[in-house]
Amino acid sequence: MRDLKRRRVLQILGATPALTALAFTESEAAAVGQQAQAARSRAAAAGQAYKPKFFTAAEFAAVTALADMIIPKDERSGSASEAGVPEFVDHFVSIQEERQVAMRGGLVWLDTECRRRFDKAFLGCADAERRQLLDDIAYPAKADPRFSHGVRFFSALRDLVAGGFWSSKIGVKDLGYMGNVPNAWDGPPQAVLDKLGLKADA
Amino acid sequence: MQVIRTPKVYDVCIVGSGAGGGTAAKVLTEAGADVVMLEGGPMWDSAKDSAMFKWNYESLNRGYGGDKKPFGEYDGCIGGWEIEGEPYTVGTGDWRWYRGRMLGGRTNHWGRISLRFGPDDFRGKSIDGFGDDWPITYDDMKPYYDKLDQFVGIFGSNHAAQTGLHNEPDGFFQPPPKPRHYELMIKQACDKLKIPVVPARLSILTQPHNGRAACHYCSQCGRGCATHSNFSSTSVMLPPALKTGKLTIVANAMAREVMTDAEGLATGVSYIDTQKNAEYQVRAKAVVLAASCCESARLLLNSKSTRHPGGLANSSGVVGKYLTDSTGLNVTGFVPRLMDVPRYNADGVGGMHLYVPWWGDNKALGFARGYHIELGGGFGMPTYNYGGGIHRYPQSRGGGYGKELKDEYRRYYGSFVSFSGRGEQVSREDCRCEIDPDVVDRYGIPVLRFHHTWSDQERLQAKHMQETFRTIITEMGGTPTTPMPTREKDYGLAVGGLIIHEAGATRMGNDPKTSVLNSNGQAHDAKNVFICDGGPFVSQANKNLTWTIMALAWRTSEHIAEERKKGNI
Repeated sequence: MRDLKRRRVLQILGATPALTALAFTESEAAAVGQQAQAARSRAAAAGQAYKPKFFTAAEFAAVTALADMIIPKDERSGSASEAGVPEFVDHFVSIQEERQVAMRGGLVWLDTECRRRFDKAFLGCADAERRQLLDDIAYPAKADPRFSHGVRFFSALRDLVAGGFWSSKIGVKDLGYMGNVPNAWDGPPQAVLDKLGLKADA
Repeated sequence: MQVIRTPKVYDVCIVGSGAGGGTAAKVLTEAGADVVMLEGGPMWDSAKDSAMFKWNYESLNRGYGGDKKPFGEYDGCIGGWEIEGEPYTVGTGDWRWYRGRMLGGRTNHWGRISLRFGPDDFRGKSIDGFGDDWPITYDDMKPYYDKLDQFVGIFGSNHAAQTGLHNEPDGFFQPPPKPRHYELMIKQACDKLKIPVVPARLSILTQPHNGRAACHYCSQCGRGCATHSNFSSTSVMLPPALKTGKLTIVANAMAREVMTDAEGLATGVSYIDTQKNAEYQVRAKAVVLAASCCESARLLLNSKSTRHPGGLANSSGVVGKYLTDSTGLNVTGFVPRLMDVPRYNADGVGGMHLYVPWWGDNKALGFARGYHIELGGGFGMPTYNYGGGIHRYPQSRGGGYGKELKDEYRRYYGSFVSFSGRGEQVSREDCRCEIDPDVVDRYGIPVLRFHHTWSDQERLQAKHMQETFRTIITEMGGTPTTPMPTREKDYGLAVGGLIIHEAGATRMGNDPKTSVLNSNGQAHDAKNVFICDGGPFVSQANKNLTWTIMALAWRTSEHIAEERKKGNI
């Protein structure tokens, strides 16, 4: 795919004559790009000092720890918390009321189970202890039915963490999504066609 | 409430600014008519108001739109199935009603799938005995489809000869974009199954056209195109109408009823200014309702007078009846060959590059009408729900956490394909809308109550869709991940109205006892009342409605212009 240079894009955007009050101008087209740029900077700057809207400070800390166990930093990209996932989870639960009881209750379930096993809350547990618990609730098809409530909670949290991570700037780059730019379309590259045993002509 | 009457008498008042209203405004103003257009929502300009090129991570919603934006946070269409203060009710069966509230209406929403009906689609009853024939034929409509293709701009191909499908007439097409990799894979499988896969027909420009730029392939048509490279009423129909200097657009004007005189003819429209909460009346020599199929029926039913006791143009009692939506269901499949495909920018246009027209022989199938298939898949911009339910993905570790899970999420990117069937519902009198006697909206306007059910015609069609999509996925070496629904669940058919293809509530016909409009879209009971939306349809087809709404609106508007010349209106 040949991404077009910015100047060329503006030429294309500016190619439409101003018909009426409804038509756009070159400067307006440029403004579209500038607005996007400004919003991107704001989003990046907003990373610090997030105040949870739904979770208590302790709950938010537990969600952060769990999110980083679900998606840790590796050689290719950062961790869930580096991608702003705890903030996303807090925001999403705050706007989806139907999730709130299950999410709060699930965190309490986790603490209760940790106390039963290790006599401390989840955040007080060592990494190996936390893993022992997660191993029991992270595989729905294999899990013991007596952990079903924990399984349900963890599956829901894992989905939220994944959605938050992979839609983040870090996640999008990691997955290799290459779109959202003006470009010329000439079909898939030859390497893709070759790998799949396809011919370009439909 | 004080009623404000404007002294000016316009030639035509058009209610609605979407596909039908926009087309009517263009044709009528260019023919010299002085037109006022009422739009229930605000002004909207995709050049300034579109969220084109925004990233999901610019917002904590990450693309989630909730009830206010059911098609995503950045979707261009203002409206939805639920609008605060604008309820509707349901009697028998179930129904959802999606409304657009903005300049351009639902042309800001749709997938730009622009399929002209074929000869068979106007004479269904003659072919299989179900529903009714239209009072017009494909030959009556062909010149208007041709004008639309040429004026609006549409990509596609003349594939009738290639596929042998006689009900897929040729048109005037720009070159279609090359297929994406997963679309080629679907075609490879379908070739073996003898299912035709051909270039889609979408009203998106692949070459500059009539002063509009060609597509820049960001796939975000749904957000509103800042370069006007796709079709919307505001990008294509309203500019030439405004250029004549003869179009006045009144935004935030929610039409309440059509006013009539002692002879029963329309004299104008009364509307609520939704910002000032005041009632206005605008006068006109003719009224064109293009408010959407059900909204136009609602306006007629709410326009009661001595001459029209059952509502305007409703001496037949047919207004609201024969309401249909397209059938619809989706099946998704996981295809292992699509794992670890080298990444490239696969955005393309805002929709499919290939699709499947209806290929079946109904005589051999046990149900009357067909469907087309819309194809999905590829490397889209990841959203808030990426990777959801990974513990259920075929060949996955069944959940887990940590580094291995993170790798798994990467490998599944782009490995799913989806098939959406969109088919024809056979029209029936008992599928209908009427005025709910107990409920009004925030503007005091009585609301609609819907009655809608599916019959075995649609259920068997849905079963055929389900089986076909699963066969294609299996042929690709994949596994369907959508569970197979039972007959009790209508084989997965979406609730009526969810496909947003309402048609038929003010149908046309030659007999004033069984139809609302004549073959020119003109009310049998009031010669200066016309309808230019999905309402006049006598039947659906296995094709999206918009191209036919606009071709019909163009034809009806030419008729209005001729009648004006003759002094009949």
